[in-house]
Amino acid sequence: MTTPLNDALPAVEPIDLTRSKTSSKTIMSVSLTVITGFFTLLVLAPLVAVVFDVAREGLPRLGLESFTELPPPPGLTDGGFGHAIVGSLITLGIATAFSTPFGILAAIYLSEFGRGSRVAYWVRFSANVLTGVPAILAGLFAYSLVVATMGNFSAFAGGVALAVLMLPIVMRTAEEGLMLIPHEVRLAALGIGATRFQTITQIVLPAALPAIATAVTLALARAAGEAAPLLFTALNNNFWSTDAFAPIATLPVLIYFFAIIPFRAQQELAWAAALVLLGIVLIVSIVARLIARQKKY
Amino acid sequence: MTYSTITSSTDTLLQVNNVSVYYGSVLALRDVFLDIPKQQVTAFIGPSGCGKSTLLRCFNRMNDLIPGARVEGKISYRGKDLYDSDVDAVEVRRRVGMVFQKPNPFPKSIYDNVAFGARIGNSKENLDELVERSLRSAALWDEVKDKLKASGLSLSGGQQQRLCIARAIAMQPEVILMDEPCSALDPISTLRIEDLMHKLKQQYTIVIVTHNMQQASRVSDMTAFFNAEAAEGGNRFGYLVEYDKTGAIFNSPQQQATQDYVSGRFG
Repeated sequence: MTTPLNDALPAVEPIDLTRSKTSSKTIMSVSLTVITGFFTLLVLAPLVAVVFDVAREGLPRLGLESFTELPPPPGLTDGGFGHAIVGSLITLGIATAFSTPFGILAAIYLSEFGRGSRVAYWVRFSANVLTGVPAILAGLFAYSLVVATMGNFSAFAGGVALAVLMLPIVMRTAEEGLMLIPHEVRLAALGIGATRFQTITQIVLPAALPAIATAVTLALARAAGEAAPLLFTALNNNFWSTDAFAPIATLPVLIYFFAIIPFRAQQELAWAAALVLLGIVLIVSIVARLIARQKKY
Repeated sequence: MTYSTITSSTDTLLQVNNVSVYYGSVLALRDVFLDIPKQQVTAFIGPSGCGKSTLLRCFNRMNDLIPGARVEGKISYRGKDLYDSDVDAVEVRRRVGMVFQKPNPFPKSIYDNVAFGARIGNSKENLDELVERSLRSAALWDEVKDKLKASGLSLSGGQQQRLCIARAIAMQPEVILMDEPCSALDPISTLRIEDLMHKLKQQYTIVIVTHNMQQASRVSDMTAFFNAEAAEGGNRFGYLVEYDKTGAIFNSPQQQATQDYVSGRFG
């Protein structure tokens, strides 16, 4: 394909563009890739090890009776921990009932009314501090607020303790979800005469619903595994109970007590209970991911 | 600076009387006098920063939502000062609706987008009929009648903007403000919206801000030309240069600045 015009042009000398396998650049690139890959695996190792270990110890003991029966008296075998599953669900239910409305209303204030204000700054700062507060202090708070005034340990007190842990997570995650809704959408509603209330309840909240649901499920996943705040609020109970104002068994506390007593049957139950707890947290987290995926923006 | 108060055959609906607008301590628009006639299209043209969008936002008190915005002077709507302390901004916006530069449908179905406007307007009319009539008025019905349950965000840009117009129509306002409604659209969608404006002015008073002079000359009955000037300290503020019938602004402007702008010498 030479044209007369091309013939007239002088040829350009070819250059060598092949990659050298021994240059310091290539060696550096390969070794850094290997190192980052290795550390990534190292980070995953504890998670895999925990799941593997809990499954190995817990699976053989897990059966239908785990969910339907009470633990055996010391010295005997068989039985389950159905009462602790019910207890965990009740305390988490109470915690959600408290933390969700407070957290979402606070998030609405932060994103819709308090943007850039001093109040919003301090509320946000306090929530961040609350996120970092050790869980046992949340238990201490619920103990002095509920147990000391009502005179007995209860599922309700446990729920309050877990609500304190959930509150900042619900609030900050829901706030982030509300902030993602474009400002133009709010202007669109206000610009045709909608009130602030109509704009927030009919436009902003429905659009942020997946984010808010994610906020609640993430907080639930965090609270489900906490034993420390329940130790001196919900305490424990060896029998079936659905009374919100009586002590109640929960999975993390049951695992704690059964893991430290010297009976083989109880220790095996603790492993099975740990597996169930892991399953609950996993399911809740997956649900959160699925909801978050249906984002509207 | 000159201004003309044109008393044509139509009635004045909005009256701007010596209005200046400040953002914080910065002057954005100075000393505007302007009468907007009923059931006509009035266009605001001028270079960036000349305050034309600022004035538009005063007509339905959208400036209230910008922290620090302050309006001096008097803007009357049917003789009532819009900035009187007893005026409810929400009530103003129900009569003076706004369509924005960027199409901004709600993340809801096409039907619900329009129905939201209808519910705000508190119409006694059957909702289905009002939604259909609004979509027809916005020249969108034929394109969406088979997918009313689809998301408003699934439409093309031009369709989204017509959906926003339908949503504004559904609350049955008297005035529709349009802030550069076609600047994010392709030429064909732009033409459709311009056609739409011709039809809408039989029923509504339309005020449109546009960067596009051809658009102003095609759609508007009245045109106001704003210009910007640097104040002491370097901030630029806008002012009204000339306001007249559109034909006069484009063919025989009284001011040199208007002549220069409409003939494309600057801006």
